[in-house]
Amino acid sequence: MTAPRRMGLTGNEAVALAWKQLRPHVVAAYPITPATQIVERFSEYVAQGEVDTEFVPAESEHSALSACVGAAAAGARVLTATASQGLALMHEVLYIASGLRLPIVMNVANRALSAPINIHGDHSDTMGSRDAGWVQIYARNVQDAYDRTLLAVWVAERARLPVMVCLDGFTLTHSLEPVEVYPDEAVREFVGEAPPDGYTLLGGEPITVGPLALPDSYMEFRRALAAAMERVPRVLEEGVRAFRQQFGRKLPALVEARGTEDADVALVIMGSYADSAEQAALRGRVRGQRAGLVRVVTFRPFPAAALRETLAGARDVVVLERADTLSGLGGPLGVEVRAALYGLPQAPRVTDVIFGLGGRELRDAELDALLQGELPGGVVYLGVEGAHVLEPA
Amino acid sequence: MSLNLRELSQRTQGLAPGHRACAGCGFPVVVRLLFAVARRPLVVVNATGCMEVVTTLYPYSAWPVPYLHSAFENAAATASGVEAAVKALRRRGQLDTHPKVVAIGGDGGTYDIGLQSLSGALERGHDFLYVCYNNEAYMNTGIQRSSATPRGARTTTSPVGRVQRGKPQPRKDLTEIVAAHGVPYAAQASISHWADLARKLEKGLAVVGPAFVNVLTPCQPGWDYPPERLVEVARLAVESRYWPLYEVEEGRTRITYLPREPVPVRAFLEAQGRFRHLLTDEEAVAEIQRWVDVHWERLRNKAGTGQ
Repeated sequence: MTAPRRMGLTGNEAVALAWKQLRPHVVAAYPITPATQIVERFSEYVAQGEVDTEFVPAESEHSALSACVGAAAAGARVLTATASQGLALMHEVLYIASGLRLPIVMNVANRALSAPINIHGDHSDTMGSRDAGWVQIYARNVQDAYDRTLLAVWVAERARLPVMVCLDGFTLTHSLEPVEVYPDEAVREFVGEAPPDGYTLLGGEPITVGPLALPDSYMEFRRALAAAMERVPRVLEEGVRAFRQQFGRKLPALVEARGTEDADVALVIMGSYADSAEQAALRGRVRGQRAGLVRVVTFRPFPAAALRETLAGARDVVVLERADTLSGLGGPLGVEVRAALYGLPQAPRVTDVIFGLGGRELRDAELDALLQGELPGGVVYLGVEGAHVLEPA
Repeated sequence: MSLNLRELSQRTQGLAPGHRACAGCGFPVVVRLLFAVARRPLVVVNATGCMEVVTTLYPYSAWPVPYLHSAFENAAATASGVEAAVKALRRRGQLDTHPKVVAIGGDGGTYDIGLQSLSGALERGHDFLYVCYNNEAYMNTGIQRSSATPRGARTTTSPVGRVQRGKPQPRKDLTEIVAAHGVPYAAQASISHWADLARKLEKGLAVVGPAFVNVLTPCQPGWDYPPERLVEVARLAVESRYWPLYEVEEGRTRITYLPREPVPVRAFLEAQGRFRHLLTDEEAVAEIQRWVDVHWERLRNKAGTGQ
């Protein structure tokens, strides 16, 4: 195994480099802040002849993902990227990609949704796609975004499901970090050729893809899709094992836990702010508070069993999240963590903290104050003027 | 490229029997001719609509070629992806055949909701043929107006009432819009003139790059005519110059069929129920005739002396 090369890359550059190494047959994409540089950089690779991908510069995100559907149905390895409004515009086609069981991999540069328009980071966009039948993985840092993009192709092609690899807008997409880049050959070896699939348009058989299924058959298709999603944790576990074997790096598959074994207070978070949360937990430890952290790596399928196991002993669970369901129940992660813990004897009290919408910074002092104060349960909007607490209905 | 009917009938694979198109529906004619003239393997991408619904009811399929249906407004974009995959796979020696990608959509999926994705695919220059089976309204959902619906036609969203008599606006000229993209081939055809239609499909398949054929395909419930008069109604559209047959090849417009003795548009209107309310309104009929004449003149000018 050749040694990895250490490079300074932004999240977008790292993703574009991963794409080049993955050598997809087709990339169909439409630029949008903060994902634009992924597509820009990749276009350069194509223009320089560094990768022989057929690049389809679509006229919209809807068409970009539609082209991905066509290419993937034809048996091609397909990648795309988007963010925010672009993902929202793709919404219809997301369900088609998963319903047709197409292993498309998409990087999402997480960004707030309009209105008001805002180009900065939060998880509203991908949370809006959480039930679209895509595997969702959230990167912690630039290295993780790079690693997970490589892993996603392995997983997608074995689970026969589309995968989103999410990286926080600006905090990851535009931040320069040192990244260990693997040799091209190692990446080729890792992803290899896609496992054979007898159901491609160009396989020689006149197959019909995307038929009309009425009440006598529709539910079987959907149940099969749910079953495919249920198999994903196993595929992911195999994937991270293969990844470690190939690249020597150990990636957590579903959740990443730090100091939760004896924790009274466990923070639960996704994405790049895991670093801030981990530091806050460590400061808590210094103060004598038994605090720990769980980072949800894979949000779809939801790692309920892993969370139950990690959080069962805590007195308090503090969910930190960058999205809201606007349902009165708090954010989507909080709702699902509560659902996962429901029925546990002496289930921890859950405080759902919504922070960082539209790129608002999370300050250490805010986190410390939260951990030092009486945890209220319910839902907290952190850092909002006139912040208030709601009891779940 | 000379086709005779006997040769054609032998080459027709057709849609498998048992599809659920209405009696007197126009689009099966288009698909059968498409298969008859194809010399390369085809991959069909179909927009949501009547054709998709009546030919792919799971677990049956009427398609003898690989077929993909994705959504309503994205047939051209989806076809872009299939075409890109064909190119990439061939480049890497992973595909030995060289299939031609054909996208098919109704006027709803083409003139209206799919116009953006069509325009994008045309501009990007993908090697594919787009066939619009144009029945001049959203027939699959029960006859609602589209931008292909002609002025005066009754649909369920341009009904005949006390203050509005059918669709107030004339239809839009999609064939010209497509031609304005500067594509290698754009044409207008009708199922009534099968040899002309077959030739255009054949040309569209042969061209390298985007090609577009807009085929008038009457809809029995939507237009309201006896099923056995399908071809006759389509013929009247052509003979009245309501639906001129022409092609734009590398920017050059050519009328491919010149009605010798054009019939008044009234004959076309009278053959269908959707214009019934207009027939007693001389001025409304005259207005449609004027529209037909003006557009025919415009086309004649564009085509110059070469018809």
